[in-house]
Amino acid sequence: MTKLIYFAWVRERIGKSEEDVDLPSDVKTVHDLLVWLKSRGEEFESALQHPEVIRVAINQEHVDHRELIGTAREIALFPPMTGG
Amino acid sequence: MTVAVVPTVRIQAADFDVAAEISLLTRGRPDIGAVVTFTGLCRDEAGSLAALELEHYPGMAEAEIMRIAGEAIERWPLAGITAIHRFGKVRPGENIVLVVAASKHRQAAFEAANFLMDYLKSRAPFWKKEHRVDGSEGGWVDAKESDSAAAQRWAKS
Repeated sequence: MTKLIYFAWVRERIGKSEEDVDLPSDVKTVHDLLVWLKSRGEEFESALQHPEVIRVAINQEHVDHRELIGTAREIALFPPMTGG
Repeated sequence: MTVAVVPTVRIQAADFDVAAEISLLTRGRPDIGAVVTFTGLCRDEAGSLAALELEHYPGMAEAEIMRIAGEAIERWPLAGITAIHRFGKVRPGENIVLVVAASKHRQAAFEAANFLMDYLKSRAPFWKKEHRVDGSEGGWVDAKESDSAAAQRWAKS
Protein backbone atom coordinates (compact mmCIF):
# COMPACT_ATOMS: atom_id res chain seq x y z
CA MET A 1 0.00 0.00 0.00
CA THR A 2 1.10 3.50 -0.78
CA LYS A 3 -0.18 6.53 1.09
CA LEU A 4 -1.22 9.40 -1.18
CA ILE A 5 -1.55 12.86 0.39
CA TYR A 6 -3.12 15.91 -1.22
CA PHE A 7 -2.76 19.59 -0.34
CA ALA A 8 -4.42 22.95 -1.08
CA TRP A 9 -6.60 23.03 -4.22
CA VAL A 10 -5.51 19.53 -5.21
CA ARG A 11 -6.99 18.30 -1.91
CA GLU A 12 -10.16 20.38 -2.33
CA ARG A 13 -10.82 19.18 -5.88
CA ILE A 14 -10.16 15.53 -5.05
CA GLY A 15 -12.32 15.87 -1.95
CA LYS A 16 -10.03 14.13 0.53
CA SER A 17 -6.71 14.81 2.17
CA GLU A 18 -5.23 11.33 1.94
CA GLU A 19 -5.87 7.73 0.98
CA ASP A 20 -4.08 4.37 0.86
CA VAL A 21 -3.92 2.82 -2.59
CA ASP A 22 -2.56 -0.28 -4.29
CA LEU A 23 -0.72 1.09 -7.28
CA PRO A 24 -1.09 -0.91 -10.52
CA SER A 25 2.17 -2.63 -11.45
CA ASP A 26 2.51 -0.57 -14.64
CA VAL A 27 2.71 2.67 -12.63
CA LYS A 28 6.48 3.09 -12.57
CA THR A 29 7.09 6.84 -12.54
CA VAL A 30 5.47 9.93 -11.06
CA HIS A 31 4.18 10.72 -14.57
CA ASP A 32 2.52 7.28 -14.76
CA LEU A 33 0.95 7.90 -11.34
CA LEU A 34 -0.60 11.20 -12.47
CA VAL A 35 -1.99 9.58 -15.64
CA TRP A 36 -3.48 6.70 -13.62
CA LEU A 37 -4.96 8.98 -10.94
CA LYS A 38 -6.57 11.17 -13.59
CA SER A 39 -8.55 8.16 -14.81
CA ARG A 40 -10.07 7.50 -11.37
CA GLY A 41 -13.03 9.84 -11.67
CA GLU A 42 -14.27 13.37 -12.25
CA GLU A 43 -12.72 14.79 -9.10
CA PHE A 44 -9.28 13.51 -10.10
CA GLU A 45 -9.81 14.71 -13.66
CA SER A 46 -10.58 18.17 -12.24
CA ALA A 47 -7.61 18.26 -9.86
CA LEU A 48 -5.11 16.95 -12.42
CA GLN A 49 -6.32 18.57 -15.62
CA HIS A 50 -2.95 20.32 -15.97
CA PRO A 51 -0.64 17.60 -14.62
CA GLU A 52 2.47 19.59 -15.56
CA VAL A 53 1.79 22.13 -12.77
CA ILE A 54 1.38 19.48 -10.07
CA ARG A 55 4.33 19.23 -7.68
CA VAL A 56 5.15 15.86 -6.18
CA ALA A 57 7.08 14.75 -3.11
CA ILE A 58 8.09 11.17 -2.40
CA ASN A 59 8.75 10.36 1.25
CA GLN A 60 8.70 14.13 1.93
CA GLU A 61 11.29 15.15 -0.67
CA HIS A 62 10.62 17.02 -3.91
CA VAL A 63 10.90 14.91 -7.08
CA ASP A 64 10.27 15.58 -10.76
CA HIS A 65 7.76 13.72 -12.89
CA ARG A 66 10.35 11.34 -14.34
CA GLU A 67 11.25 9.99 -10.90
CA LEU A 68 10.73 6.26 -10.32
CA ILE A 69 8.23 5.54 -7.56
CA GLY A 70 9.97 2.34 -6.45
CA THR A 71 8.96 1.44 -2.92
CA ALA A 72 7.69 4.90 -1.93
CA ARG A 73 5.63 4.79 1.26
CA GLU A 74 4.21 8.28 1.01
CA ILE A 75 3.57 10.34 -2.13
CA ALA A 76 2.20 13.87 -1.87
CA LEU A 77 0.60 15.88 -4.69
CA PHE A 78 0.21 19.65 -4.41
CA PRO A 79 0.15 22.93 -6.33
CA PRO A 80 3.19 25.22 -6.63
CA MET A 81 4.05 26.48 -3.16
CA THR A 82 3.14 29.95 -1.89
CA GLY A 83 4.70 30.14 1.56
CA GLY A 84 6.88 32.88 3.00
CA MET B 1 37.78 25.12 17.30
CA THR B 2 34.84 24.82 14.92
CA VAL B 3 31.44 24.11 16.36
CA ALA B 4 28.89 22.70 13.93
CA VAL B 5 26.06 25.14 13.38
CA VAL B 6 22.65 23.57 13.86
CA PRO B 7 19.75 25.50 12.32
CA THR B 8 16.66 26.23 14.38
CA VAL B 9 13.50 25.55 12.36
CA ARG B 10 10.02 25.84 13.81
CA ILE B 11 6.60 25.53 12.19
CA GLN B 12 3.98 26.90 14.55
CA ALA B 13 0.51 28.42 14.78
CA ALA B 14 1.60 30.94 17.41
CA ASP B 15 3.21 34.29 16.71
CA PHE B 16 6.94 34.77 17.28
CA ASP B 17 9.01 37.42 19.05
CA VAL B 18 11.76 38.76 16.77
CA ALA B 19 13.85 40.23 19.60
CA ALA B 20 13.68 37.00 21.60
CA GLU B 21 14.79 34.96 18.57
CA ILE B 22 17.77 37.27 17.95
CA SER B 23 18.72 36.98 21.60
CA LEU B 24 18.57 33.16 21.45
CA LEU B 25 21.11 33.20 18.62
CA THR B 26 23.49 35.80 20.01
CA ARG B 27 23.49 35.20 23.77
CA GLY B 28 26.97 34.25 24.94
CA ARG B 29 28.39 34.64 21.44
CA PRO B 30 30.65 37.72 21.40
CA ASP B 31 32.17 36.44 18.12
CA ILE B 32 28.95 37.38 16.28
CA GLY B 33 29.23 40.79 14.64
CA ALA B 34 26.16 40.78 12.40
CA VAL B 35 22.56 39.66 12.67
CA VAL B 36 20.15 40.03 9.76
CA THR B 37 16.45 39.37 10.24
CA PHE B 38 13.67 39.18 7.69
CA THR B 39 10.05 39.22 8.81
CA GLY B 40 7.29 38.49 6.30
CA LEU B 41 3.87 39.92 7.20
CA CYS B 42 0.36 39.25 5.97
CA ARG B 43 -0.34 42.12 3.58
CA ASP B 44 -3.65 43.57 2.42
CA GLU B 45 -3.48 46.29 -0.24
CA ALA B 46 -7.15 46.58 -1.11
CA GLY B 47 -8.75 46.46 2.34
CA SER B 48 -10.67 43.34 1.30
CA LEU B 49 -8.60 40.62 2.97
CA ALA B 50 -9.83 39.27 6.33
CA ALA B 51 -7.11 36.64 6.72
CA LEU B 52 -4.74 34.30 4.97
CA GLU B 53 -5.09 30.65 5.83
CA LEU B 54 -1.73 28.91 5.67
CA GLU B 55 -1.78 25.20 4.96
CA HIS B 56 1.41 23.15 5.25
CA TYR B 57 2.72 19.62 4.86
CA PRO B 58 3.62 18.61 8.42
CA GLY B 59 6.97 16.86 8.56
CA MET B 60 8.08 17.87 5.10
CA ALA B 61 7.78 21.60 5.86
CA GLU B 62 10.30 21.28 8.70
CA ALA B 63 12.50 18.89 6.73
CA GLU B 64 12.61 21.07 3.62
CA ILE B 65 13.44 24.28 5.50
CA MET B 66 16.08 22.33 7.44
CA ARG B 67 17.62 21.21 4.13
CA ILE B 68 17.66 24.81 2.83
CA ALA B 69 19.16 26.11 6.09
CA GLY B 70 21.78 23.35 5.95
CA GLU B 71 22.75 24.50 2.47
CA ALA B 72 23.04 28.10 3.71
CA ILE B 73 25.41 26.91 6.44
CA GLU B 74 27.58 25.20 3.81
CA ARG B 75 27.69 28.28 1.59
CA TRP B 76 28.27 31.06 4.14
CA PRO B 77 30.31 31.26 7.36
CA LEU B 78 27.34 31.52 9.72
CA ALA B 79 27.31 31.46 13.50
CA GLY B 80 23.62 30.58 13.59
CA ILE B 81 20.43 30.56 11.55
CA THR B 82 16.77 30.43 12.56
CA ALA B 83 13.64 30.05 10.45
CA ILE B 84 10.10 30.17 11.83
CA HIS B 85 6.99 29.80 9.66
CA ARG B 86 3.44 30.06 10.94
CA PHE B 87 0.42 28.07 9.82
CA GLY B 88 -3.31 28.54 10.31
CA LYS B 89 -5.15 31.84 9.97
CA VAL B 90 -3.07 35.01 9.92
CA ARG B 91 -4.66 38.46 9.67
CA PRO B 92 -3.28 41.49 7.80
CA GLY B 93 -0.43 43.07 9.72
CA GLU B 94 0.44 39.86 11.55
CA ASN B 95 3.67 37.91 11.17
CA ILE B 96 3.98 34.94 8.81
CA VAL B 97 7.65 34.09 8.55
CA LEU B 98 10.93 34.95 10.27
CA VAL B 99 14.50 34.33 9.19
CA VAL B 100 17.45 35.25 11.41
CA ALA B 101 21.02 34.82 10.17
CA ALA B 102 24.05 35.55 12.36
CA SER B 103 27.67 35.78 11.32
CA LYS B 104 30.95 37.55 12.05
CA HIS B 105 30.35 40.04 9.24
CA ARG B 106 27.27 41.46 7.60
CA GLN B 107 27.72 40.16 4.05
CA ALA B 108 27.30 36.50 4.94
CA ALA B 109 24.33 37.26 7.18
CA PHE B 110 22.56 39.35 4.51
CA GLU B 111 23.15 36.83 1.75
CA ALA B 112 22.21 33.78 3.80
CA ALA B 113 18.94 35.38 4.95
CA ASN B 114 18.11 36.35 1.36
CA PHE B 115 18.96 32.88 0.06
CA LEU B 116 16.90 31.16 2.73
CA MET B 117 13.83 33.28 1.97
CA ASP B 118 14.12 32.81 -1.80
CA TYR B 119 14.35 29.04 -1.47
CA LEU B 120 11.73 28.85 1.22
CA LYS B 121 9.21 30.63 -1.03
CA SER B 122 9.66 28.22 -3.90
CA ARG B 123 10.41 24.93 -2.06
CA ALA B 124 8.84 24.90 1.40
CA PRO B 125 5.44 23.15 1.26
CA PHE B 126 3.08 25.94 2.33
CA TRP B 127 -0.01 27.25 0.54
CA LYS B 128 -2.00 30.43 1.18
CA LYS B 129 -5.75 30.74 0.84
CA GLU B 130 -7.49 34.10 1.04
CA HIS B 131 -10.51 34.81 3.20
CA ARG B 132 -12.31 38.03 2.31
CA VAL B 133 -13.82 40.65 4.60
CA ASP B 134 -17.27 39.95 3.11
CA GLY B 135 -17.05 36.34 4.32
CA SER B 136 -16.33 34.77 0.94
CA GLU B 137 -13.33 32.64 0.08
CA GLY B 138 -10.93 34.50 -2.14
CA GLY B 139 -9.27 31.36 -3.46
CA TRP B 140 -5.73 30.07 -3.35
CA VAL B 141 -2.87 32.48 -3.90
CA ASP B 142 -1.04 31.79 -7.18
CA ALA B 143 2.68 31.06 -7.16
CA LYS B 144 4.70 33.90 -8.65
CA GLU B 145 7.10 33.34 -11.51
CA SER B 146 9.33 36.02 -9.93
CA ASP B 147 9.71 33.90 -6.79
CA SER B 148 11.03 30.89 -8.66
CA ALA B 149 13.32 33.18 -10.70
CA ALA B 150 14.60 34.65 -7.41
CA ALA B 151 15.50 31.17 -6.18
CA GLN B 152 17.20 30.26 -9.46
CA ARG B 153 19.68 33.13 -9.20
CA TRP B 154 21.38 31.27 -6.33
CA ALA B 155 21.99 28.18 -8.49
CA LYS B 156 25.67 27.33 -8.64
CA SER B 157 27.04 27.44 -12.16
